[in-house]
Amino acid sequence: MTKHRGRGVATVNYPIGMNLGGDPSQALVHSNPSGKFTVALSSIDLGQGMKSVTRQICAETLGVPIEDVYVDTADSDTGPHCMGSFASRGTHRVGNAVMAAAREARAVMMEAAAEELEVDANDLETDGRGNIRVKGAPQRSISVRDVAVAAQFRQGKTISGRGIFLVPLSDVDPETGEMSPATCYAHACLIAEVEVDDETGDVTVLKMTSAYELGRALNPKLVEQQLVGGAWMGMSHALYETPEPYYPDTRNGPRDFNEYLMPGPGDICPHDIAVLERPAPDGPFGAKGPGEMCANPVLPAIANAIFNAVGVRLNELPITPERVLRALKARGGAASSTRARS
Amino acid sequence: MLELRKDIFADERDDNLKEIGKPTARQDILGHVTGTSPYYDDHRFAGMLHLKILRSPHAHARIRSIDDSAAARAPGVKRIIRAADVPVNLNTLLSLIQFGKDDEPSLASDVVRYKGEPIIGIVATSERAAQEALALVRVSYDPLPAVFDVEEALKPGAASVNPTYPKNTFEYYGKYDHQKLRYGDADAAFAKCDVVIDERYQMSPIEHAPTETNGSIAVPDTNGRFVVHTSTQALFFSLDTSAKINAMQSNQLHFIGGTVGGGFGGKVDTLTEPLAILAARLTGAPVRHRLSRHEEMQFGSPRGAERIYIKDGMTRDGRIVARKVRAYFDSGAYTRLSSYAAVKCAAHIPGPYTIPNVHADVYCVFTNRTPATAMRGFGVTALDFALECQMDKLATAIGMDPIEFRILNAYRDGDMKAHRREAKNCALIECAQVAAEKANWPIREEYKRMSSRNGGAAAAPHAPAAIAPSRQAAAAPQRAPYDRVSAAPTQPAPSPTQPAPSPPPRAPQPAPAAPTGSSHGAPRFSSVFGTRRR
Repeated sequence: MTKHRGRGVATVNYPIGMNLGGDPSQALVHSNPSGKFTVALSSIDLGQGMKSVTRQICAETLGVPIEDVYVDTADSDTGPHCMGSFASRGTHRVGNAVMAAAREARAVMMEAAAEELEVDANDLETDGRGNIRVKGAPQRSISVRDVAVAAQFRQGKTISGRGIFLVPLSDVDPETGEMSPATCYAHACLIAEVEVDDETGDVTVLKMTSAYELGRALNPKLVEQQLVGGAWMGMSHALYETPEPYYPDTRNGPRDFNEYLMPGPGDICPHDIAVLERPAPDGPFGAKGPGEMCANPVLPAIANAIFNAVGVRLNELPITPERVLRALKARGGAASSTRARS
Repeated sequence: MLELRKDIFADERDDNLKEIGKPTARQDILGHVTGTSPYYDDHRFAGMLHLKILRSPHAHARIRSIDDSAAARAPGVKRIIRAADVPVNLNTLLSLIQFGKDDEPSLASDVVRYKGEPIIGIVATSERAAQEALALVRVSYDPLPAVFDVEEALKPGAASVNPTYPKNTFEYYGKYDHQKLRYGDADAAFAKCDVVIDERYQMSPIEHAPTETNGSIAVPDTNGRFVVHTSTQALFFSLDTSAKINAMQSNQLHFIGGTVGGGFGGKVDTLTEPLAILAARLTGAPVRHRLSRHEEMQFGSPRGAERIYIKDGMTRDGRIVARKVRAYFDSGAYTRLSSYAAVKCAAHIPGPYTIPNVHADVYCVFTNRTPATAMRGFGVTALDFALECQMDKLATAIGMDPIEFRILNAYRDGDMKAHRREAKNCALIECAQVAAEKANWPIREEYKRMSSRNGGAAAAPHAPAAIAPSRQAAAAPQRAPYDRVSAAPTQPAPSPTQPAPSPPPRAPQPAPAAPTGSSHGAPRFSSVFGTRRR
């Protein structure tokens, strides 16, 4: 029995939003009389952090602290239309809608503040801590709370805004496939290091190293959560999961998590991640979205690492020990690696 | 461990921001870590009933008769729902965006087309009572021939799965059984290649395997409205689908969700809401319809399997000059969303590389298995697996380092993509450089200095006359596809299908002296590569 180590690489890109566009999202932003803002959406938080990212975008655009913004989502009576949380579209599509709504609300807020301070609204700025002040004369300032009270009870203004973001639907040429699939793309490179046991066919993933370009990491912790979780899913897809182990044979389908194999805590490996930010011209603060793509490079990187370790190509997923052993048998044994290093 | 490389592309960003870029704790974190966030199934209502579904044991069969009289008399059973009770029984999800024909019944009436297809629903006072009543239903079937393999399904004489699409393929643009992508002339280009690699890749289907299974609770409200608590990942998509199937106005439905225990694409299909609402209408009581883990695993739609054939042609300097792809999406018995994925797949071909001749046919095929649906990376994940395994084989065939090989072929700003749009805002090269650096994977100096922002231009198809010139292609300067690194002319191929006998010449141009400091994409180096423009 010998354990062979190898490294493999994959580079990928991923389109942001529904293919061909045509997938709008709306947002409404309004202030209560104490200067606290609510974002009303119908978008879904699947655990990816939809509510948190839109909250940060709203606070940044309004120029108020994050504590003063709350995101209320997924009630069809109060939240305006959103296509849904899929196609890596949440940050980009919904984020842009929230930004547009917050900009409109901010304009009213600044007008109301200007009226209270008896200055031109263009001479005002927010300090990000809940105050609006005259540029160059910060002693002349008013709190967002006092502006909200004044707007509601004295000026009769509604500090609110509406936003929508829509990438217009692209045509497709039936003959050539000419089309505009997406307005921006995220990018990644992932290197996997594996160990292959040539007696059992077991593949252990030892380490992953990756670089992701995501436009802007609006919240680095949420990005990390996505990239780590996505890599787990990619590894699971590559080596473990399937409801039809001998596809297209439909038999032997699993019925629960005892029969459906996925990596457990002991199978997870260290993952060293770098995040690059090349802002998308039409992204909210340049953001694209890490959602779906982070599972993708893991699959081929592992397959390529197995080739590097033992010299066999596996073109069918999942790469089970059975498939590894059959491939090794066909090859007449394992080749030695040229690239492994820990 | 996550490292932010703010140094790269810094000149394209304004980092003077207050809330953006901070690792702020999630708004909902306290609820999640203390187990108090309300999910759909945390709601309980007085008199709530439970809906369970009788499913087909056959992959393809004609239903001869259904006898549910014993089930109707079973303890706790309040109502049996049959196909005839569903106001608009036939639907297709993407009818909401006018894509495709209605092809899937909520409840089968005459033929079942996959194992697990819903036939009748039983509403009872408990899940157990509903489950036990299901066992009393007698259905007799005439089994029909079934087809499970995407290529078998396309052969003459194969069993016809879906009567809306009798030839077992989704119909594109009213005339094609596949989505086409044509750019340049791949077949002509293969003849000039030194290396041609032709491979077959097969993905397995996989489960979304969310912690929370699909489900919903429909509650009769006042004034003829219904409140629906749901696990959907697309609130209005599910609302509009449910309204259509129940022939209701959208403002009769009040959907509430937003906190979901994992979706990954498996909670777009609206598997439970339409019948939960129908059951609530028919009984006047709140009705819960949730999939058990067994149902979620066996009958909840999986990521479909894809079979992908790729033929690549390469010259000995490491430039890919032609890529031909034939891909089959296994949609299962009904369309759901696979038709969309096939178009997205075609748009993604040939991957993030500049290849002047690309030819692809992508099929959405019907088979007698559980309908597939969206899953994380829909239309792209399997293709990326195939493409990146292929890239590794190509690099190996000419003895090039696999990262350098990818950087060499990577798309740059200004390159023309196969779907005839200019590449912009590219960063594949920088990702490869940073990952190599972090992993101590040695790449040569000239590859470390390459940039997505330099060296790109529209790669002209080898046979421009074969295609209609696109707007961007007409405006962009033409250049040879291999002049980024190697100025050496391509040698004649010894044989179009034989790998080159010896490793190809390394990039002959010596690297200019490396400037100090970070080189990733910084514009001050444009002159270095500017000299290579022809």
